[in-house]
Amino acid sequence: MKKAFSILLVMLLLIAVSGTIFAGGNQEEPAAGDSADSNAAPAAEAKDKNGGVLVFARGGDSVGLDPARETDGESYYGCTQVFDNLVEFKEGTTEVQPALAESWTVSDDGLEIVFKLRSGVKFHDGTDFNADAVVFSLGRQLYEDHPYHEYGPWKYWGYMDMSNIVQDIIAVDNLTVKFILQKTEAPIIANLAMDFAGIVSPAAVEKYGEDFPNNPVGTGPFKFVSWKKEDSMVFEKNADYWRRPAYLDRLIIRVIPDATARYLALQKGEVDIIDFPSPEDLEDMKANPDIKVIQQEGLNVGYLAFNCDKEPYTDKRVRQAMNYAVNKDEIIAGVYGTAGAPAKNPIPPGMWSYNDSIEPYEYNPEKAKALLAEAGYADGFSTTLWAMPVARPYNPNGRKVAEIMQAHLADVGVTAEIVSYDWGTYLEKTDHGEHDAALLGWTGDNGDPDNFLFVLLSIAAAEVPAGNIAFWKNEEFNSLVEEAKVTMDVAKRTALYEEAQVVFHEEAPWLPIAHSVVSEPMQNYVMDFQLSPVGKRQFYNVWLDN
Amino acid sequence: MGRFILKRLSLLIPTLLGVVTLVFFMIALSPGDPARVMLGERANKQQLEALRADLGLDEPLGVQYGLYLKRVVKFDFGKSIKSGRPVMEEIKNLFPATIELAFFAMIFATVLGIIIGVLSATRKNTWIDYSSMVGALFGVSMPVFWLALVLIMIFSVSFDLLPTGGRMNVRYYFEAITNFYVVDAIILLFREGDPKYLGSALKHLVLPAVALATIPLAIIARVTRSSMLEVLKQDYIKTARSAGIKERRVVYRYALKNALLPVITIIGLQFGLLLSGAILTETIFAWPGIGKWLYHAIEARDYPAVQGGVVIISTTFVLINLVVDILYTIVNPKIRLQ
Repeated sequence: MKKAFSILLVMLLLIAVSGTIFAGGNQEEPAAGDSADSNAAPAAEAKDKNGGVLVFARGGDSVGLDPARETDGESYYGCTQVFDNLVEFKEGTTEVQPALAESWTVSDDGLEIVFKLRSGVKFHDGTDFNADAVVFSLGRQLYEDHPYHEYGPWKYWGYMDMSNIVQDIIAVDNLTVKFILQKTEAPIIANLAMDFAGIVSPAAVEKYGEDFPNNPVGTGPFKFVSWKKEDSMVFEKNADYWRRPAYLDRLIIRVIPDATARYLALQKGEVDIIDFPSPEDLEDMKANPDIKVIQQEGLNVGYLAFNCDKEPYTDKRVRQAMNYAVNKDEIIAGVYGTAGAPAKNPIPPGMWSYNDSIEPYEYNPEKAKALLAEAGYADGFSTTLWAMPVARPYNPNGRKVAEIMQAHLADVGVTAEIVSYDWGTYLEKTDHGEHDAALLGWTGDNGDPDNFLFVLLSIAAAEVPAGNIAFWKNEEFNSLVEEAKVTMDVAKRTALYEEAQVVFHEEAPWLPIAHSVVSEPMQNYVMDFQLSPVGKRQFYNVWLDN
Repeated sequence: MGRFILKRLSLLIPTLLGVVTLVFFMIALSPGDPARVMLGERANKQQLEALRADLGLDEPLGVQYGLYLKRVVKFDFGKSIKSGRPVMEEIKNLFPATIELAFFAMIFATVLGIIIGVLSATRKNTWIDYSSMVGALFGVSMPVFWLALVLIMIFSVSFDLLPTGGRMNVRYYFEAITNFYVVDAIILLFREGDPKYLGSALKHLVLPAVALATIPLAIIARVTRSSMLEVLKQDYIKTARSAGIKERRVVYRYALKNALLPVITIIGLQFGLLLSGAILTETIFAWPGIGKWLYHAIEARDYPAVQGGVVIISTTFVLINLVVDILYTIVNPKIRLQ
């Protein structure tokens, strides 16, 4: 008895000690300097912005650094520094502007695009950038008999369906490239701003062959120096950049997999910017005077798709009732926290043509019940509710979202049984239409509304394996997005997409849930860093105010 | 002795064949189409078919197994589906980090574990005994990720003594030679005379090694204690004591040597376990080892990477056990004769 008591005592002591340790670790350190000053320094212009090393910490390593070969965001973080494209997204927007191409002209039928290239641009290996390099970079993906075609698979080229859009890419002269298209396709300009269309040095690809993804050579603002797998990548300033050179001397991209450990490294000053903070730490970060947090809505949407081929979702009143029955605010608060904002449209708010005049379905169980009764389901019905097994920015916890929905649906008499499979099986079964209602989402690629509305909701996309897992085949909506696809004028396209969103809202093939919100915490002295809606991390304009 | 080792070595072949076969069928029979998992939300039919053909998934299972065995014998696991690079190359990059961390963690755990075990055995039922055994219980049951974060908060953020993670200060632009950073840093010390690399490598090792060592440390301390208590009861110890030999000499010369037999086994097993990669420790300390890599490979259904990783780790595990068996016969020659 006495022994047991003393053991208990020792344990209590240990717990007490560890408790104080924890408290000690959380203590606020006195602020070093007044952060308000450094934030709003008007004298910034007078300062020399050049110099310094920036360390950026992210959650995972790149797979490789050949922009056309990779498909994951972590790889693009590296590629973006090294490569330029013919056209690019203006920093912080989805607007397309000239880059390695000074200008371009589109023929009247929309089937020929001629790019005029910038002269005097050199790759990091000293070779010249010219029309041949453009034909090489994109041609290796297009032509199956290209000597470097086998170094693929060129997945993104495939995802964007480029082989069914582009017929031929021709070097007209040293600084002119002509694209001949199979069909008019307005989003192709935006496609060419995507990472996969980055221009690589043909000489370097020939030199390194299969090892090029470990030795990338482009024309970008930073040159690749070294890469330690799962640890860090080093880039240095390209002093001969075709624009003003970057301000930073070096850029180091480090891997710190755990979000809390990333924040601790930021607090200690080992790193300058961190990716994907854990939502629980955000309040603490905002209160920290040495750290600032930048936020932006991501180019994505999480949704619940109703299988319109199956009863009772063939009836639009049932689909509308489901939209009224679920309280999205509770889902945001319970699952997304500060990392999500409620969705009302199938495209995110940062994208051009987002129709903000649409009134979202409010949370109204009574209205839901009335609509169900009208549709002949006064006593409700039973359905399966499919929950994604993986975390995605647009839906960090499919299971939990499904459980909250299940409770809300029960209130209006709908019995939902939650179903889940491993990710591969889940995708396969949903794109074959085996579900009643399924949670899924989409992250945009090229900032073009076509990339959401056509890919996820057109009639063509309802063919197995379907991108349109609502199997919603609406002629009116479809003709609008089809027309927008072949219209080159942006103002006309905007009007078409705005109208398509009205149809979508009325027909309710989905219950749009949320768009993720990306937060990027950094040291106060990191200046002019901008988040990109297409998910890039650019450091060309960044400088250090210390 | 030579014959004993030879015999043990020949036993390795069926063991490894078993491992290799098990790995293959476990993966092949697990649900979910890897092509589907790899292509994600964006896959279309042609891409899926092309990838399946690429991976040989359209061949019958028997044929796949035969081809696999043929390659494994040459330690050729093919290319990682995810990165497209040879699996062996990735393992060569990452496994040294795991070995280095496991090695330092085991040294720490062994030295401290034996000291604590002997102290509590010789001072049985005193406060030293109680507190170290409670400490050991604490060490075994404590969640590693929690301990790791607490260590970082105290020693990195609050006291600013040690780095939060990684293997080397990234601003040193250190070029690895063998990928064992301590070894590389020593080479650089002789080559360039600059001790900063060695200092940085060792500093980066401290916290992850301590975090990783807690469980083996606690186990070693407990096994040492009970084994010591067992030995100290034996007649030859009593005889030695009654002969008036100093207690110190009795404990450390006569008792400890015999008491260490089960401890050696435990050390071998624990070292093997640590080599299979410590996913949590590697994740929190941003340690670029094989554990996390393997975990992601499993998640992504990267068959070649999983096969390569598991086979290499199992082989190392089996080899360490062989070394332990040999050590055993050196400490206790009786075993050789059985």
